[in-house]
Amino acid sequence: MNNAASIVAVVLVSIASLAVGAFGLRLSRTMSDFYVASRGVSPVLNASAISGEYLSAASFLGVAGLILARGVDMLWLPIGWTAGYLLLLVFVAAPLRRSGAYTLPDFAQLRLESVVARRASSLLVVAIGLLYLIPQFQGAGLTLRTLTGAPSWVGQLAVAVVVCLNVLPGGMRSVTLVQAFHYWLKLLALLTPLFLLLGAVGERSDDPAAGAVFVTDWVEPLQGDHALYLTYSLVLATFFGTMGLPHVVVRFYTNPDGRAARRTTLAVLLLLSGFYLLPVVYGVIGRYVASDLVAAGRADSVVLELPSRLFDGPVAEGLTAVLAAGAFAAFLSTSTGLVVSVAGVVSQDLVRWGAGHRQGIRTFRLTTVAVVAGALVLTVVSAGVPVAHAVELTFAVAASTFCPMLLLGIWWRGLTSRGAISGLVVGGALSMGAVVTTTFGIATGGWFGVVLTQPAAVSVPLAFATMVLVSLATRSSTPEHVAQTMVRLHAPENVDLNRGSFHPERWYRRPPTAEGASDGTQHPAYGSTGETVRRPGTTARRS
Amino acid sequence: MTPEAPRARVRVTSPRTSAARTRNVSIASEIDEQTRLGEVYITSLMRSQLRLALGVLLVLASTLGLLPLLFTAVPGLAGIDLLGVPLPWILLTVVAFVEIIGLGAFYVRRSERNEATFSDLLDGR
Repeated sequence: MNNAASIVAVVLVSIASLAVGAFGLRLSRTMSDFYVASRGVSPVLNASAISGEYLSAASFLGVAGLILARGVDMLWLPIGWTAGYLLLLVFVAAPLRRSGAYTLPDFAQLRLESVVARRASSLLVVAIGLLYLIPQFQGAGLTLRTLTGAPSWVGQLAVAVVVCLNVLPGGMRSVTLVQAFHYWLKLLALLTPLFLLLGAVGERSDDPAAGAVFVTDWVEPLQGDHALYLTYSLVLATFFGTMGLPHVVVRFYTNPDGRAARRTTLAVLLLLSGFYLLPVVYGVIGRYVASDLVAAGRADSVVLELPSRLFDGPVAEGLTAVLAAGAFAAFLSTSTGLVVSVAGVVSQDLVRWGAGHRQGIRTFRLTTVAVVAGALVLTVVSAGVPVAHAVELTFAVAASTFCPMLLLGIWWRGLTSRGAISGLVVGGALSMGAVVTTTFGIATGGWFGVVLTQPAAVSVPLAFATMVLVSLATRSSTPEHVAQTMVRLHAPENVDLNRGSFHPERWYRRPPTAEGASDGTQHPAYGSTGETVRRPGTTARRS
Repeated sequence: MTPEAPRARVRVTSPRTSAARTRNVSIASEIDEQTRLGEVYITSLMRSQLRLALGVLLVLASTLGLLPLLFTAVPGLAGIDLLGVPLPWILLTVVAFVEIIGLGAFYVRRSERNEATFSDLLDGR
């Protein structure tokens, strides 16, 4: 398939993304802008950005391919990816926003008051981020190769360069606009060709290939081996994994307050539900007209192949180009979100050059380049390894590590730092072990192999149990300020209460600059340790 | 309520009793000073929010979550067609998404009400 229109579409998407990013650049000045867009993002814009970032190529191309190949049981993927946001809404959204942290390690430090817990979370963020980023880069290379015949590195490099150009100048603020733009682009890119495709399918309803559709193990649920375990494990991983993904969670800090965080999440549920019906329809159409792709092992490219199966000439080329634009937007937005969250964590925790405000932004930029370069190298190294399954497993890793830490940390005073760390280690080791064994094909047959392909049903309960039991055993070392932290996490913003003095930028700027270079830009919450921070103007009421 | 000479308006410049005012001040500061009473207030807010969240989870688990078991127990379900589409396909697409959105909207309204109750309590209303 050599398609000039697709090349033009991909280039246009890149240019448009950069233009939107440049538009959002105007006011990115402070560090808070860089990490969390200064928390001034409205619910609808933020919800579009969250959905745009979340809908990776696994959603845009992968869901349709899986439905084409494996049928009704794969419908659980879009449901799980959406229901994950429902659980995030009810358990995590508002408290996480109220915590005031920028990243997951910030949250760990606020709640557990332990630098070790912070470091452990940082390492996990980097691991999960890379595990998710490499399939994005590989997918981009593969897609561009399918579309244009260019070698894989072209697509990988193109995504890397556009991501860097978007993140470097403006950080989170411009990224927010770009990702919101990508959501609507992806939605329209799937929706517009769909009407034409459905019309064309309707005309050929007498096609003999329709016989491929009404096959029992495709159309009826739970027909394969161990199907019940696999389905429940997938449900557990996706329902609980979403809240633990670092690039998803970082977006919640960009809401103005806890209430807005909830409303944003509700809007995300609407946007995701609307989107996820579309790839399902593509998969079903694919079953009618392109079921040979399954045997050829190219089910993932069904979305891009459909136009040329149903139309000829310029119509097919044009529709393919529209879909290619959407797919490329999917690679870009997810990679951008992952790079921002990983670079944020790396620059805060793993390298800290200088302590001032300027240096903070410079560090963020340098780490962004380093993270992208590192991911590119890893992508090239792992070229022969089938990593598509890794995206699914990432949800299992997140569900077995950050999910229990967030749920127990927010709703249970008893979680101690030792409990959380041992839970992260147990859950992380089990799920990561499964990732490594299945990715490199070491997995054996039988029940053990089945558990390794979908580890969540085993690793998530074990991680929860470890956190609870170790916390109970180390009850004497409950964090000192846990009562105040609970007030901070749960009390609505409009009541005037002492919420403690934690501020992520204070950690970042440690040790405080001796020469006082950054005094002018200090945040009001940057008080001396132990002092209470109140909202100005309301204290008089209580005198 | 006879509409004769209208009474002169009296501006109330201070609360009627000092008792109410003392209490009004104290709940917030009880929480700030981490007394038993303050903890009871925060715990009650957390409990009501957690109960709501677990309720949503329970509804989700007992509808969507039971579907795989239901499909295993009643294989005949897969054979039922609605407008030419097999029932599992409808349940796992449109119905599931509508339920998720509905539960989300329900949760947002109820949780905001819980918080309003808490704020009113602290403001002494």
